[in-house]
Amino acid sequence: MQSLNKASALQTQPATEPVRRLHLPQKLRNLELFLLLIASFINAGAVVLVQLGALGELDPTLVLLGAGLSVLVISLHVVLRFVARDADPFILPIATVLNGIGIAMIYRIDIAVDDSGWESAAVRQTVWSALAIFCAIIVLLVIRNHRVLFRYTYIAGLVGVLLLFLPLVPGLGKEISGARVWISVGSFGTFQPGEIAKIALAVFFAGYLVRNRDSLSMVGKKFLGARFPRFRDLGPILVVWALSMSVIIFQRDLGTALLYFGLFLVMLYLATGRLSWVIMGMSLFLGGAVIASQTLNYVNGRFTNWLDALNPAVYDAKGGSFQLVQGLFGLAKGGLLGTGWGQGRPEITPVPQSDYIIASLGEELGLAGIFAILALYLLFVARGFRIGFAGQDDFGKLLAVGLAFVVALQCFIVIGGVTRVIPLTGLTTPFLAAGGSSLVANWIIAALLLRLSDTVRNQPRLVV
Amino acid sequence: MNRELKRVSIVVMLMFVTLLGSTSIVQAFQADNLSADPRNTRTLYDSYQVERGAILVNGEPIAQSMPADDDFKFLRTYTNPELYAPITGYIPINGEPTGLEFALNAELTGTSNSQFFDKISALVTGQDPKGAAVEVTIDPIAQQAAWDALGDYTGSVVVTEPATGRILAMVSKPGFNPNLLTVHNNAEVTASYDALLADPNDPLINRAINSLNPPGSIFKLVVTTAALESGEYTPESTFPNPSVYTAPGTTSEIENSSGAPCGAGETVTLATALRLSCNIPFAELGVELGDTAIRETAEKFGFNSNHSIPMNVSESVYPRGLDDPQTAQSAFGQFNVQATPLQMAMVSGAIANGGVVMAPNLVQEILAPNLSAIQTFEPAELGRVMSEETAATITAMMINGVQDGAASNARIDGVDVAGKTGTAQNGSTDPFTLWFTGFVPANDPQYAITVLVENGGGEGQTGFGNKLAAPVAKKVLEAVLNK
Repeated sequence: MQSLNKASALQTQPATEPVRRLHLPQKLRNLELFLLLIASFINAGAVVLVQLGALGELDPTLVLLGAGLSVLVISLHVVLRFVARDADPFILPIATVLNGIGIAMIYRIDIAVDDSGWESAAVRQTVWSALAIFCAIIVLLVIRNHRVLFRYTYIAGLVGVLLLFLPLVPGLGKEISGARVWISVGSFGTFQPGEIAKIALAVFFAGYLVRNRDSLSMVGKKFLGARFPRFRDLGPILVVWALSMSVIIFQRDLGTALLYFGLFLVMLYLATGRLSWVIMGMSLFLGGAVIASQTLNYVNGRFTNWLDALNPAVYDAKGGSFQLVQGLFGLAKGGLLGTGWGQGRPEITPVPQSDYIIASLGEELGLAGIFAILALYLLFVARGFRIGFAGQDDFGKLLAVGLAFVVALQCFIVIGGVTRVIPLTGLTTPFLAAGGSSLVANWIIAALLLRLSDTVRNQPRLVV
Repeated sequence: MNRELKRVSIVVMLMFVTLLGSTSIVQAFQADNLSADPRNTRTLYDSYQVERGAILVNGEPIAQSMPADDDFKFLRTYTNPELYAPITGYIPINGEPTGLEFALNAELTGTSNSQFFDKISALVTGQDPKGAAVEVTIDPIAQQAAWDALGDYTGSVVVTEPATGRILAMVSKPGFNPNLLTVHNNAEVTASYDALLADPNDPLINRAINSLNPPGSIFKLVVTTAALESGEYTPESTFPNPSVYTAPGTTSEIENSSGAPCGAGETVTLATALRLSCNIPFAELGVELGDTAIRETAEKFGFNSNHSIPMNVSESVYPRGLDDPQTAQSAFGQFNVQATPLQMAMVSGAIANGGVVMAPNLVQEILAPNLSAIQTFEPAELGRVMSEETAATITAMMINGVQDGAASNARIDGVDVAGKTGTAQNGSTDPFTLWFTGFVPANDPQYAITVLVENGGGEGQTGFGNKLAAPVAKKVLEAVLNK
């Protein structure tokens, strides 16, 4: 009886396969929805706690804005149910909760400095978030297959470089606290095109390296156990290096230069498997940085602030370590468990809602909160790397890892700068920090990772 | 590609581990140090959340926190504010505290390590946390007498107890009212502060510990100590006695303040030179001793190092690497030799104490809210500068200086005063700096006093130490001896 049943089940399987696929419960999407609800709950809770902690009363307006955001995130989730049903279920909730915690902290600082209405950075951040999530939906709808991007390798490269240097165009660019990386977009504030450029460059690097990696990895002389490339193959790395150095010199932005160069080196290593590239690249960049620190005042200042932050002379100097040290004071004030939402004094530190949002969060949520945030980033990055491990086409693998790595590196540069691991450079903390361009860029990264993860799962696995 | 991918994952992992480590270091391991940093305004704001402890003189508060109806909960209020301002300092809502308010901030707010368990028990019992009170060593009679005696002069009086180093009086003039700087209104505080800062007489400076002046002739006590301790000189050692002296290697001339030789005779003894406070014999002695010997003695007295009472005392200076002409000048307290009144009080205190320098100290006890002592300060020796014999010899020389010499205006009937006056030049046209340092009773020293009168006491280059500073010391010493 039993064996008969089994046999009939085996027989009917091929016939029912297409039907089952249609009615297959979207386990991944359901998990995602569940996590999204938790994320929305955390976000709403954060705003409520901020209001109770800093205002002492509840103000429904911002809660409504937050609810609007949840609706948008849920619609992104619905879009995924249709166009990328096998996408990774963790990416969207992580991005949501980071974005929400960021808005809560920005809102908390608005309260401290008495900003409201359109002056309020939290309101602007919420509107930017909406726009960013909208962009993510568009990306998911338009790019149904990531291989399309492979076709536009060189266009992406060109766009990336153009975006990067857009702020240098007279009349368009805007200098904020020394760095010239913004363009002004009318009354809407400023936009940092470099943030978008990192996506374009990741696409370009992936496409270019997949096309040319043979010549970059196979040829060359062996020296000291590593194979070094021919001189004529040095072109690409020298061009990217020159690009980074010109960012340091003309845009006075150490962080962006480090970010792009780091991204290129890692993708180059992944594509060629040649450690010699990394060694060469790092020596080039370090050499450039050392020369810059000797010749460029602002770079030199960053190094002094980093190495000798607590020295009173450095602390009091113009452009000195005041901000860095105040950030450390804030973190120290937070200790292990933090002061609680709305109970600290993050507004004492300059730019507590953008470059220094991590110090503000550390003050109010403590080391425990920072660990949780770092864990979220690590998980986000790990999901990207997972796509890299599971992917079949090299372009997709490289692109996914490149995008994930750029988020990791950006976290490292910012948080490492705040906690004195490396010199402080102005970069935004992905998803958290106030800044429209950064939000748009990171949500597009999330969308691309969602798209890539869906493709990976939809295809039969050849090798793992 | 997956091999490379694995390696890059490890790198990313390491990056995050680094961040976990660095945030832990800042938030857990360095947190205490960062919170204690005086530039940390977060700690300052927090300090208002608890009732800050009082500062007491003989059990009477000179600084206390009164309940206030605003966000700060407490208003810091000073009693007899001008008199005690150099001791209490002040704690503004928008800046760094000064004085004891700064130096003992952790104790006053109840956040010092020794108060950790009190804090925990307050947390458990639900009591409002309270800071510790600080009892200072100040004697209110001495403090008031010093304030009155200094009159309208710009300057300072420091009275110490030679055997213990306890500071009994510490006056700085002109004074200021710290209550103006503690009001809970940023604009008012800033306006008061700016006005005080703009005052040409610098009332905000605690001259007793933070004003550096050339010590002039009172530095001869240090040089005399160096000479006697070298074993090569006695009070009877003689020096050539010209009316003008030119040190080797220079053409600039040194004169005695009288413009004449130091008493009659071809030669003059060390004892006479100190009694009459002559410059030329000391210049000659200084060149013979050399700058190293003088500096080493000065450093034993406390020059060239920092002291904490527990406020930070500015470092008094005897410079290094002087040539002969510079050494000659330095031997009577000129040429870049600089001292605080407290440093000179340490000099006369050490002579009074049989040659042992005591660490100066302003704090007697730190008291928990229930008045039990958390910490009691014991006298601490900084070291021996000279033998007891040398101390006795110099004391005798100083008694002569008051009875029959340049410090005659410090004479008090019925008691031996040991003293030394100083009149220091500040460049060719600026007003003199006038000094007196000494102790009473000379045979059993109870009080050591140092008087500093800056800005010539209003008399430009005509006033001198015995005329202006010695009478101040006399009045203070009479008051403390008669109490």
